[in-house]
Amino acid sequence: MNTVNLTMAIVLGGLYATGFYLLLQRSLMRVLLGIVILGHGANLLLQLAGGSQAGRPPMLGDAPIERMADPLPQAMALTAIVITFALTTFLLALAYRAWQLLGHDEVQDDVEDRRIRRLEAELAEADEETERELDSEATR
Amino acid sequence: MSELVAVPVLLPLAAAGLSMAFGRFADVQRLLGLLVLGVIVVDAAVLLYFADVHGPLVLHLGGWAAPVGIALVADRLAALLLLISVIVMFAVLLYSIGQRITDYGRGTASTTFHPIYLVLCSGVSLAYLTGDLFNLFVAFEIMLASSYVLINRRTTASRVRAGMTYTIVSLSSSVLFLTMIGLVYAATGTVNLADLALEMGQLPPAPVRALALLMVIVFGVKSAMVPLHFWLPDSYPNAPAPITAILAALLTKVGIYAMIRTQILVFEREPSWPLMLTLAMATMIVGALGALAQNDLNRMLSFLLVSHIGFMLFGLGVYDIAGLTGVILYIVHHITVQATLFLVSGLITRYTGTVALSRMGGLAKISPLVAVLFAVPALSLAGVPPFSGFVAKLALLRSGIGVGTVWGYVATGVVVLTSLLTLYAVARVWSRAFWGQVRDPEGDPDPTDELVVGTGDTSPGMVRATGVLVLSTVLVAALAGPLAEVSRRAATDLITGEAYRTAVLGGDSGG
Amino acid sequence: MTDSRASDGQGEAAEGAWFHSDAPAERWLLSGYSRDPRERTILLELVARVVFPTVIVFSVYLLFAGHYRSGGGFSGGLVAGQAFVLRYLAGGRLDDSSTVSMRPPVLIGIGLTTAVLTGLVPVLFGGVVLESASFTFAVPLLGKIKVVSSLFLDIGVYLLILGVVLDLLRTLGSGIEADIAAPGGGPR
Repeated sequence: MNTVNLTMAIVLGGLYATGFYLLLQRSLMRVLLGIVILGHGANLLLQLAGGSQAGRPPMLGDAPIERMADPLPQAMALTAIVITFALTTFLLALAYRAWQLLGHDEVQDDVEDRRIRRLEAELAEADEETERELDSEATR
Repeated sequence: MSELVAVPVLLPLAAAGLSMAFGRFADVQRLLGLLVLGVIVVDAAVLLYFADVHGPLVLHLGGWAAPVGIALVADRLAALLLLISVIVMFAVLLYSIGQRITDYGRGTASTTFHPIYLVLCSGVSLAYLTGDLFNLFVAFEIMLASSYVLINRRTTASRVRAGMTYTIVSLSSSVLFLTMIGLVYAATGTVNLADLALEMGQLPPAPVRALALLMVIVFGVKSAMVPLHFWLPDSYPNAPAPITAILAALLTKVGIYAMIRTQILVFEREPSWPLMLTLAMATMIVGALGALAQNDLNRMLSFLLVSHIGFMLFGLGVYDIAGLTGVILYIVHHITVQATLFLVSGLITRYTGTVALSRMGGLAKISPLVAVLFAVPALSLAGVPPFSGFVAKLALLRSGIGVGTVWGYVATGVVVLTSLLTLYAVARVWSRAFWGQVRDPEGDPDPTDELVVGTGDTSPGMVRATGVLVLSTVLVAALAGPLAEVSRRAATDLITGEAYRTAVLGGDSGG
Repeated sequence: MTDSRASDGQGEAAEGAWFHSDAPAERWLLSGYSRDPRERTILLELVARVVFPTVIVFSVYLLFAGHYRSGGGFSGGLVAGQAFVLRYLAGGRLDDSSTVSMRPPVLIGIGLTTAVLTGLVPVLFGGVVLESASFTFAVPLLGKIKVVSSLFLDIGVYLLILGVVLDLLRTLGSGIEADIAAPGGGPR
């Protein structure tokens, strides 16, 4: 098992916390930034998974073999970076499209949420009415 | 021989490139798509035959041996699910070509649809065939990226919200997936599934349990397991019928496949897994109750999809050969049935102009053919004999009884209850939409978008493609005997895991 | 839209003779671009014109160096894409008269097909999918040249990435500019 040094653990925690915080925002731009930051966090984690030599170039001839970084996590992180890059541009386009169609880029409520809220409002209205009736009866 | 394993992954990718280059020639794109999918159907059938007779076929890409290199593995389970998935993809492509020609005429090309559809096919194939966790991630990303494009294509103001929800949820789960891979690699130093199984045995139980749980969450989001299902009924129903059909049929099943593959191959566990049984019960009940509350036909079908994901999780929760046989049968049945139902819903909306059940009526008089096309998969979904759902459900129920614990009996009871609720839900659709007063189609609410509804006609191409799928669900029922046998052998392979491990790690490159 | 903007610019330039007095030498500016003369930044355009070939050459170097040193099709393609991004920033959106006449999807398609087919070629020679081999040629004047078969995969990726960047410039760059310039542009 590979372990992580404290600094990196704190950096990772910071990246994930910031990322998830931004992910929970309403504006799609912030969500996008959140995804980007989370992606950086995940890629850093992949790098660190390579062990204590992480961060050195995994090139034959640049260092003795035992001081070389594990190339596999680097390859995986590279692939992940490419994927994040593609998806970031896609989200950017989507945010622009949403802005163009709706005039804002806010993520709206779930359909079920809106239905429940409408029901709740109706129920509350009905409750108020019965209470008013009861009140008027009581004053009479 | 083992080169055949790479065909379903690489061929559609190469064809997607060609299809993109020929973006202005509609007929070339259509022919290319059908041809490639046809070739892959044949290839998958051959793979299934070889895997069944000679054991798993393994291809080490670039000649690099397994734990370090990338291996593609076609064992019975992967080949069987690949075969059924590609057949459905073929039928849905036929349907969407038929729809396109009816709506826009033969000459109009759609630059992006065909290439993206082929890329989706490549992603699905890679997800089934990959032998390591990281390529599973890549496969999911290929699949999801193409699904983002398909769902958000030519999006309109009313649909852009749904697309956003879907994209954000999927992206978050992808980040979790990547995190999981990082942690798995840090703990074991490998991402190869066969190798992981050996390495996990060396670890203390606490990190193993954490990793197993993280995998459940990651694949739970992908497969719409309650309580991680919220995105599904919100996003799928908003796309055009063929796209909804293919995404609903395949993407969640690939999630379930990944869940089964990773949990069973990598982790050691005694039969009957209470956590999974509990999640399965929640998924079944929440999905079924959600379906009953819907007035929108497509949303109802999406909730039913969630509920039936629960059946597959139930089989995984039973965690023995009988349970897994049930799951495999159920996945095969459900891929065909779910795709068919969404395609039929597309046909229905052409006659009604609306998806609201309360505003439909008399469809059985308007088009008896559509009524039949709906009735067969709907009854099959509810598990009425003699359709395919019955066979699969029977296998699941039997395995549930076999668990022998109280929790097992409770879960089995929930399976029966959910089947009844499903029957009620589809019967409700039947009585509202197909019986009653004949109604004129409502006008298309938004004529500018790609969802053409309420035209009052269907093209022969669309009906024929749906017919092919209905036939294939009937075939699944008719071939229940041999299918059950293959599923049983696949389940045995899964539980023992020996054949898979020796095939991948044994140094023998198979074939 | 493109045409009207371009002709507006020319009309304006023709109107005032004083405008010509400090007009820059045309050959230092970019051809085939249609940015409004009022929005042109001479310095950036000049730098773009000078730097563009260098960046392209560098991207090709990265493409060929990729097998043994850092580089490769992906980074090469991105760098080449950056050259076009610079041109876009300096010159505005590309119009039909520009030197790049291939549609980006075609470029993406050709790149993807090339890359995947390279993976399949070894099977014809009895190898494994995605296996690579290296060949050494003795070329007069240049000496020994070593070519790895995975170079063709890299070339495919290079074209693919370049196509993607160009497509992004088309849709997210000039597409949005056109949307905004169009009457009633911007959000509905």
